[in-house]
Amino acid sequence: MQETISFAPRLAVSPIAEILWLIPAVPIVASGVIALFKRPRRKLAATLSIGSLVVSLLLSLVAFAHAVSGWLYGAAVRETVNFSWLHFGSSSVDLGWVLDPLSAIMLVMVSFVGLLIFIYSTGYMARDENYTRFFCFLSLFAGAMLGVVISNSILLLFMNWELVGLTSYLLIGFWYQKPSAAAAAKKAFLTTRIGDIFFLLGIVWLFAQTGTLLFYNHGLGSMEGWALAGLLSQHAALGLTAAGAIGLLIFAGAAGKSGQLPLHVWLPDAMEGPTPVSALIHAATMVAAGVYLIARVYPLMQAGALTGGTTTALTVVTWVGASTAVFAALIAVAQNDIKRILAYSTISQLGYMMAGLGLGGVAIGMFHLITHAFFKALLFMGAGSVIHGTHEEQDIRRMGGLKSDMPLTFITYAIGMLALCGFPLVFSGFWSKDGILEAAQHWSVAKAPFYMLVFGALLTAFYMTRQVSYVFFGYNRGHKTAHESRAAMTVPLAILAFFSIALGFIGTPAWPWFRAFLEGRDAPFDLHVFSEPGLLALMATSSVVVFLGLGLGWWLYGNETPKPEEPDALEKSVPWIWAVLRDKFYIDELYGVTVIAFYGWWARVADWFDRRVWGGAVAGVVWLFAIWARLNRFLDTTVVDGSFDKGCEELSTGGGLLSSVESGRVQTYLRILALAVVALAAILIWSGRP
Amino acid sequence: MTPLAAYLLVAALLFAIGLAGALVRRNAILVLIGIELMLNSANLNFIAFWRYGPHPEALTGMMFAIFSIAVAAAEAAVGLGLVIAIYRHAQTTDLDKMNRMKG
Repeated sequence: MQETISFAPRLAVSPIAEILWLIPAVPIVASGVIALFKRPRRKLAATLSIGSLVVSLLLSLVAFAHAVSGWLYGAAVRETVNFSWLHFGSSSVDLGWVLDPLSAIMLVMVSFVGLLIFIYSTGYMARDENYTRFFCFLSLFAGAMLGVVISNSILLLFMNWELVGLTSYLLIGFWYQKPSAAAAAKKAFLTTRIGDIFFLLGIVWLFAQTGTLLFYNHGLGSMEGWALAGLLSQHAALGLTAAGAIGLLIFAGAAGKSGQLPLHVWLPDAMEGPTPVSALIHAATMVAAGVYLIARVYPLMQAGALTGGTTTALTVVTWVGASTAVFAALIAVAQNDIKRILAYSTISQLGYMMAGLGLGGVAIGMFHLITHAFFKALLFMGAGSVIHGTHEEQDIRRMGGLKSDMPLTFITYAIGMLALCGFPLVFSGFWSKDGILEAAQHWSVAKAPFYMLVFGALLTAFYMTRQVSYVFFGYNRGHKTAHESRAAMTVPLAILAFFSIALGFIGTPAWPWFRAFLEGRDAPFDLHVFSEPGLLALMATSSVVVFLGLGLGWWLYGNETPKPEEPDALEKSVPWIWAVLRDKFYIDELYGVTVIAFYGWWARVADWFDRRVWGGAVAGVVWLFAIWARLNRFLDTTVVDGSFDKGCEELSTGGGLLSSVESGRVQTYLRILALAVVALAAILIWSGRP
Repeated sequence: MTPLAAYLLVAALLFAIGLAGALVRRNAILVLIGIELMLNSANLNFIAFWRYGPHPEALTGMMFAIFSIAVAAAEAAVGLGLVIAIYRHAQTTDLDKMNRMKG
């Protein structure tokens, strides 16, 4: 289990931490500028996107260097910049960002992988008519993802989280003319939304209990001792403490984003998006955001654990992760779409990361996250290159023999595949997966996760061998000849391939630099750890498992890959298992007849209610008002208007009569005057009489 | 009949003649003459009331009459000027034809 980490409190904030906000802001601004173009400008859009990400990468590297130098001087860096966004009553909504080893590593990974994928996209999307829109979305995504990474406020994290979800939706549905892509985008959005509702509940609860949204705030943040102690003393339902319950709610959000059971259904469908999107969002970064979130709130997840013990929340994380790892790996065995295999593999590997977090702590899960980001981005981009080279073919049964047609893609893809399988000693995946297996072996609660994860490793090696045999070996079963992709696509592949190997060496048991850096401890170089009992045995076991998977795959598919019409080798031997796996355990169908059917029924009930009950009430009110209006109209036209008209008529007649007096003849006036004088005189004489 | 009553009778007759002339004549100049007659009947009244009033030694009635004659002269000049202006405009002095200012 992870030791408590002691971070030296630092009140002074370094310049790089002060301007950390620029890292997400620059790509977001670039995206906004691209969106404001009057006409699509392809070159400028790509330049802006890539340029903004280069700036982000450079700043990230400075931040990383700062974190490393702080660590070398003996104190783990954790610098926060917080500010108040809103005040209401006595409390305030605080936002802020944090620079610590965790965010520094993620920043470098996201901006670096992102940059490579941006460059790759210029080649992959070169002929797409909506090239500008693509880079606009991609930049927005990169900014939002970097925002998730640096957030020190759970609210700011949630905002970026939703922004990331939005861009994911936009990019899955990028080819919205395809009905399947539009449906997949909708499915992804709605499924992740289910998790996000729980996440939001968790945020509200956390805020209500601790009164702060900040993770770290010099002892007052929600991830620090005082708030955690308060959360532990509160009891929620089912024997959980408030800390545990909030942890589980946040994990539900993470499960939605990271495709954990039972919310994994959106991720395979998300492969409808362009392949760079699959590589960047649905393999390397966004889906890892859930894992990162758990790592970020790890103090909360871990709160209340005794030394060597675990908490309910972490146990749940472990079980869900381990189940997902095996479940998705099983499905991946029987898929024929090159990207779908990788999608299920991603789900499975995300399960590994979650299990790693649950079993061994932040460093183990995060190490797998980082290595996986590189080799899975490599695999997806390789798959994109293959799809491009074979003229938009995605069915692996219609490929084959590509190793001579696309040599660069083949070599890099093979490196990624071996890293994913965990080929011993050389590849990064071996070390990161071994870390998880080692933690699983020592888990105090149950041994089952260990066996599940080992079985998952076997399946991983198997399905990847199957895929590679289908795609690169044998003979070309497609209709067209394949061609190698352009340099904008192959160079990023080569760079990623390099890191897929090199990254392993910062996390070996002999030199656990990665873990030490994250936990703020020394990283001794010590070959003697290999002499510890168990460790070598474990490495041997996992190697054997990997070789078994590779051998099994090669034995079934390597020699003679079947024709597209023929059934799969595995299908011939155990058809019913094959059918279950091919149809993904019927999870989509299960949701179709349960959740979706229920919602459909509920929608119909609501519709009926709306039409009959509320609609009727509204119609009644409308009817009453119509009657009232008719009455009003009657009063208005007859009584009010009638009397007014009459008055006007009288006035007009009177005016006519009077105007006849004004004849214009001056003598008539004089006559009237004379008569008036006579009348006046008569009155005077008459009234003067006694 | 006292001399005053006789004067007043003459003045009233003169006023009636003037009024009748002003009312019935069509010609604007003759209407003006009718008005002069009515004015002069008023002057006659002034003189009569002064001569047979309580203070015949004061010259108030005479003064009044002279003022009135002066004002009448001015009035006649203005009236004749108007008549000439109207004539130039309408080529007639017939009052019945000048009825454009009706309501």
